[in-house]
Amino acid sequence: MKLLRLKPGHGEIVLAEGDVELPEQERELIEAFRRELDAGMWAAVPTETNGGRREAEFVRSFAEVPRDAERVIFFPRAAGGASRTAK
Amino acid sequence: MALGLGTAAVVLVALLWELSRPRLSHALAQRRLRSALRRLRAGQTGYDPGRERRAEQRARALLRTCIEEEDWAMYRDLGFLRVWGGAGDQARTDPPGADAEEAGAPYAYLIYPHRPIVAYLPQTGALLNEYCVAFPDHSKPYGSARLPDSDDVLAKWMALNADERRLIADANMHLPGRQIDPDRVRRDLLRLARWERERARHGSDSVRAA
Repeated sequence: MKLLRLKPGHGEIVLAEGDVELPEQERELIEAFRRELDAGMWAAVPTETNGGRREAEFVRSFAEVPRDAERVIFFPRAAGGASRTAK
Repeated sequence: MALGLGTAAVVLVALLWELSRPRLSHALAQRRLRSALRRLRAGQTGYDPGRERRAEQRARALLRTCIEEEDWAMYRDLGFLRVWGGAGDQARTDPPGADAEEAGAPYAYLIYPHRPIVAYLPQTGALLNEYCVAFPDHSKPYGSARLPDSDDVLAKWMALNADERRLIADANMHLPGRQIDPDRVRRDLLRLARWERERARHGSDSVRAA
């Protein structure tokens, strides 16, 4: 499993990577996961339905992350914006 | 005698100060200017003009792995993404901001990078609302709070897909035309319809050929 974060000026960066079946690596993943949530990030897991349709789901704790998830993507929390007129 | 010498010394010091003050001020200003130029040069040396482009390339690669192949082709060819409303719900919900007579009709969103999300009715092409939403990274790791374009699209897509109501609730809702020209959106909808027809035709041609 990889924990990725979307970053301005960079694209995604890998925060942590490990096998959730190995306790030591799982602990590192959990710590990195908590750090991001504490920093105010949203966490989403890209998923696929049984029909093969790609979707995403929000997770609010590491326990909610499907064990077979390959990636968790963190990104800044949404804020209402009306920064410019772009006609 | 001593008093006279002391007075003369004070007068001399005052005169010297008056004479040297313009030079000292000038030298100080020059030093400040040189220091500012040094800082500016250092900043320019640290700037990497390819960084934003590389960031966008990475973002596009990630987006491609997360969304449907057809959606990726739509974004690549048209520069925006269409997401059906109620994507995260099993049952279709009423369109946000729709009139009662429009309620129950399927609705969709257009996702543009760093522009508001536009809700519309695909059946009629009627524009419903603009949802202004941003994902500012206040840590500004590379001097900017803005995600690369395709990361912004991915964040909107994930948030709409995972929890549409939450994203819409967090957004600032405006009538169509606040930030994006409605004519431009209508043109984009026409481009999308044409693009879908062409893809359908190519698809049927390749099936026939097989």
